[in-house]
Amino acid sequence: MVSSNLLLAVSLGYVALLFLVAFAAEKRAERGQGGWLRSPLIYTLSLSIYCTAWTFYGAVGYAARSGLEFLTIYLGPTLVMVGWWALVRKLVRIARAQRITSIADLISSRYGKSTLLGVIVTFMAVIGSTPYIALQLQSVTLSIAVFADPVEAAWVPHDPNLTALWVAAGLAFFTVLFGTRNLDANERHHGVVTAIALEAVVKLVALLAVGGFVVWGAAGGISDTLARIDASPISDWRPDGTRWVGLTFLAGAAFLTLPRMFQVLVVENADERHLATAGWAFPLYVLLMSLFVVPIAAIGLEVMPEGSNPDLFVLTVPLAYDRGGLAMLSFLGGFSSATSMVIVAALALSTMVSNHIVLPIWLAARHSGAVMSGDVRKTVLRARRVSIAAILALGYAYYRLSGGGTALAAIGLISFAGVAQILPALIGALFWRGATRIGAAGALLTGFAVWAYCLFLPSFGADGLMPGWLMEEGPWGISWLRPEALFGIGGLDPLVHALFWSLSMNTLVFIGGSLLSFPTPMERLQGAQFVNVFDYAAGARGVQRGTAEAEDLLVMSQRLLGAAEAQALFQAEAAAQGKAGFLPDVTPEFVETLERRLSGSVGAATAHAMIGQIGGYATVSVEDLMAVADETQQLIDQTAQLEAKSAELGRTARALREANEKLTALSVQKDAFLGQISHELRTPMTSIRAFSEILRDGDLAEGERARYAEIIHGETQRLTRLLDDLLDLAVLENGQVTLNWADAELGAVLDAAVNAATADGAARKIAIHRDDGDEAVLLHTDPDRLTQVFINLIANAGKYCTNDQPELRIAVTRRPGTVQIDFIDNGPGIPISAQPVIFEKFVRLDDNSKAGGAGLGLAICREIMLKLGGQIVYLPGQGGAAFRVTLPLARAEAA
Amino acid sequence: MGKQVLLIEDEPNIIEAIRFILTRDGWAVSSHSDGANAVAVVQERRPDLVILDVMLPNRSGFDILADLRADPALADLPVMMLTARGQARDRAQAEQAGVSRFMTKPFANAEILAAVRELAGPSEGANAAREPDQP
Repeated sequence: MVSSNLLLAVSLGYVALLFLVAFAAEKRAERGQGGWLRSPLIYTLSLSIYCTAWTFYGAVGYAARSGLEFLTIYLGPTLVMVGWWALVRKLVRIARAQRITSIADLISSRYGKSTLLGVIVTFMAVIGSTPYIALQLQSVTLSIAVFADPVEAAWVPHDPNLTALWVAAGLAFFTVLFGTRNLDANERHHGVVTAIALEAVVKLVALLAVGGFVVWGAAGGISDTLARIDASPISDWRPDGTRWVGLTFLAGAAFLTLPRMFQVLVVENADERHLATAGWAFPLYVLLMSLFVVPIAAIGLEVMPEGSNPDLFVLTVPLAYDRGGLAMLSFLGGFSSATSMVIVAALALSTMVSNHIVLPIWLAARHSGAVMSGDVRKTVLRARRVSIAAILALGYAYYRLSGGGTALAAIGLISFAGVAQILPALIGALFWRGATRIGAAGALLTGFAVWAYCLFLPSFGADGLMPGWLMEEGPWGISWLRPEALFGIGGLDPLVHALFWSLSMNTLVFIGGSLLSFPTPMERLQGAQFVNVFDYAAGARGVQRGTAEAEDLLVMSQRLLGAAEAQALFQAEAAAQGKAGFLPDVTPEFVETLERRLSGSVGAATAHAMIGQIGGYATVSVEDLMAVADETQQLIDQTAQLEAKSAELGRTARALREANEKLTALSVQKDAFLGQISHELRTPMTSIRAFSEILRDGDLAEGERARYAEIIHGETQRLTRLLDDLLDLAVLENGQVTLNWADAELGAVLDAAVNAATADGAARKIAIHRDDGDEAVLLHTDPDRLTQVFINLIANAGKYCTNDQPELRIAVTRRPGTVQIDFIDNGPGIPISAQPVIFEKFVRLDDNSKAGGAGLGLAICREIMLKLGGQIVYLPGQGGAAFRVTLPLARAEAA
Repeated sequence: MGKQVLLIEDEPNIIEAIRFILTRDGWAVSSHSDGANAVAVVQERRPDLVILDVMLPNRSGFDILADLRADPALADLPVMMLTARGQARDRAQAEQAGVSRFMTKPFANAEILAAVRELAGPSEGANAAREPDQP
């Protein structure tokens, strides 16, 4: 016999293993060694969260009650993966192109980035999934109870509610830990996916083991098993045609629309080609899962006492034969099924709740300032964590409310029917350009209302949530409105009845509403991009245009994507436009790319609204619509060619313009160069000459003499410094410099620079923040030259940071092969107009006297960094002046 | 009270040197260091002579001179320009803008004193100030 303590120990050990696997996978992915994590095998296994505890335990119970009907639950998804493969591929392609984060996001994005639709789908998904989550809690609780008291009929445990509560809390913890660790732009969760792939293996092995035992252990082999099945009541079952077709359809629809399935099938898909493998491997998995269902059910019915719960045969049959280890394995299988489903469902739902309900409210509450201030990432993550806890609390509440009385299979089917209401809007989104927001919203609401009225509310039983007289007589005594016999069509199976009416009214309203309403321009545009996703490979034309400042967009993106990723995105775009630095021209194409990228974090509707807030524009122009209207292939081809050409011209023009600006600026400066040198030399000489004449003429008080001599002394030093700098620069520029290469630790170089820069002068007062841990980086460089660069940057911060409490943050970040050292102060920063020229010679943004230098410092820094194999750039959008020094790592470090 | 000289210059040491040289000769010297509002300062203080640096923060001396000349009340004001750039083009530009005297840094103290006297007439306090030097 298995003791409760052993059970607890094994469960906890198993959970610890899952944590470990998730953690290791996350670490691997972080280090970019994701390789096998993104294999088609893991993808296929992750799809198996379709097989929840409901199918693990419930399928046997289902078979015991209704014979082969349980197969419909497997048949539906199999047909989808085999027959509708093209549809799934289209879904994945669209999700990739539009950076879709959830099913709610897909619907919202397709119908004009509608916030309303996102809210509706989210609500439906939450309500539809809650019973399902409750079901998982119930199955875990039941299965634990089986062990608590081996006499299955007497499972009146210590306190099942408490067990369920602990399970819910534990799952919430796991999901928060691995599901909301960061705001991944792609919404992929390697840790979670790998853990559920492992769980998929465990549940398959468990079910096969129990099945093998039943056939070859309990029964006397295959022929004996077949004979016993024949003798059992299962063989008396006669299929009901409508129910068979209805359930198969329902399972197929749910496979596409369940939030958790959408998450693993579409959102977590790393590569479209994985679908090809999953197309045969997933049906195979499902086939193996269903292989032994009937034998287990038949033997269970035969050997278990009358009145045993057939939903628990997978556990109780091995226990009846005193196979504790096997039962334990079976328990872990059921546990895996339940936990993996709940984790992914909570993850998917929390993304939807935070992106479509919490964020829009938050944005509206904070008006236009929202995108520029406050940490959006923190808000989003917090919203997700709270949502996860709330969703599990809701599942637990449902579990308590429903009393755990209903058969497992029935609850699952009600959930299926609820989320299946999304199907018409989803299919329309993919294939029908004429589908509109109004139609979709009407369809969703109608279908959902009928579902709730005919199936969900009655499911709590007579006088549960719906008064008994209403179910008997209909509202106001109108009998043709009875929930289970609409329009007088009674005698149907309640599920098939509800499914038929909800989906047909849903579809009718969808088609009617779409035909009668007029789509907004944004809907037309999105519709075209969804339906013709395979033609729009290069991305559609601009949806946006306007004058959003690149720097504002960068600031906002950094808050959402994180600094490194946002900077990389902006830099890449600038490079593609032929510009240097971090600030590309704000072209419509760029705004659209950016919006998609942000959609990956907060959903399409919210991303659209946020960008709209910055640019002050959010409408679609006639030109944008031309993209949709120009339909014939010829036109599209021509336009594409023209576009390619004009894009190329645009790039060339930008590059030329920039080169020209630079040349003009350079020639003005070249011209000014002699004048500058003259000025820099003559200014101190003027003071020296004037005061030396004054001293020569005599007739001065002693104090005056000393003062004037001091001035002369100071000015000669200034001259010397200038000449040193000029010579330094000349040597660097002509490549005659000799570098003293040596190994040095970055922290030590920074120490030396900070000490030298703060010993005197303006940098004395600035507060410098560093992180010693990050600075333990080994460099192969010229330490003296590098120190010179750092001193310059620190001294500049000291001179130009006019904040009352000047601060300088020195942040070190390691990248593959290089290390970045950012110097960010809290002063006014450098205006955009001056950013391109600050590294030129003699450029000073302040007046002469204050700077105390000739404006050669940054020019020297740039030359030194070039010689050291690195670079120095200005980093816009950091709040103050910010310089980024990039250096190659020493070979030993890089390896 | 000596005649007023307004020195528009941003190098503190040069301000101090010129102030010393002219004050000793009996001139009342005031100074201003920002190009942006230099014209307003001239209009307000009404000096007898302006010594104007070319490279000032925020605004070039040439622009300031143009503005001064555009004001009828200041059209005859003697303006002496100092530059450390010393390029011929600057001199031409200054003369075109209506400069009274153009000098290159560094200068001899006697030279600047002579130029100031010539442009603004001898300082009224000059003799009194120089008296102790003369036997």
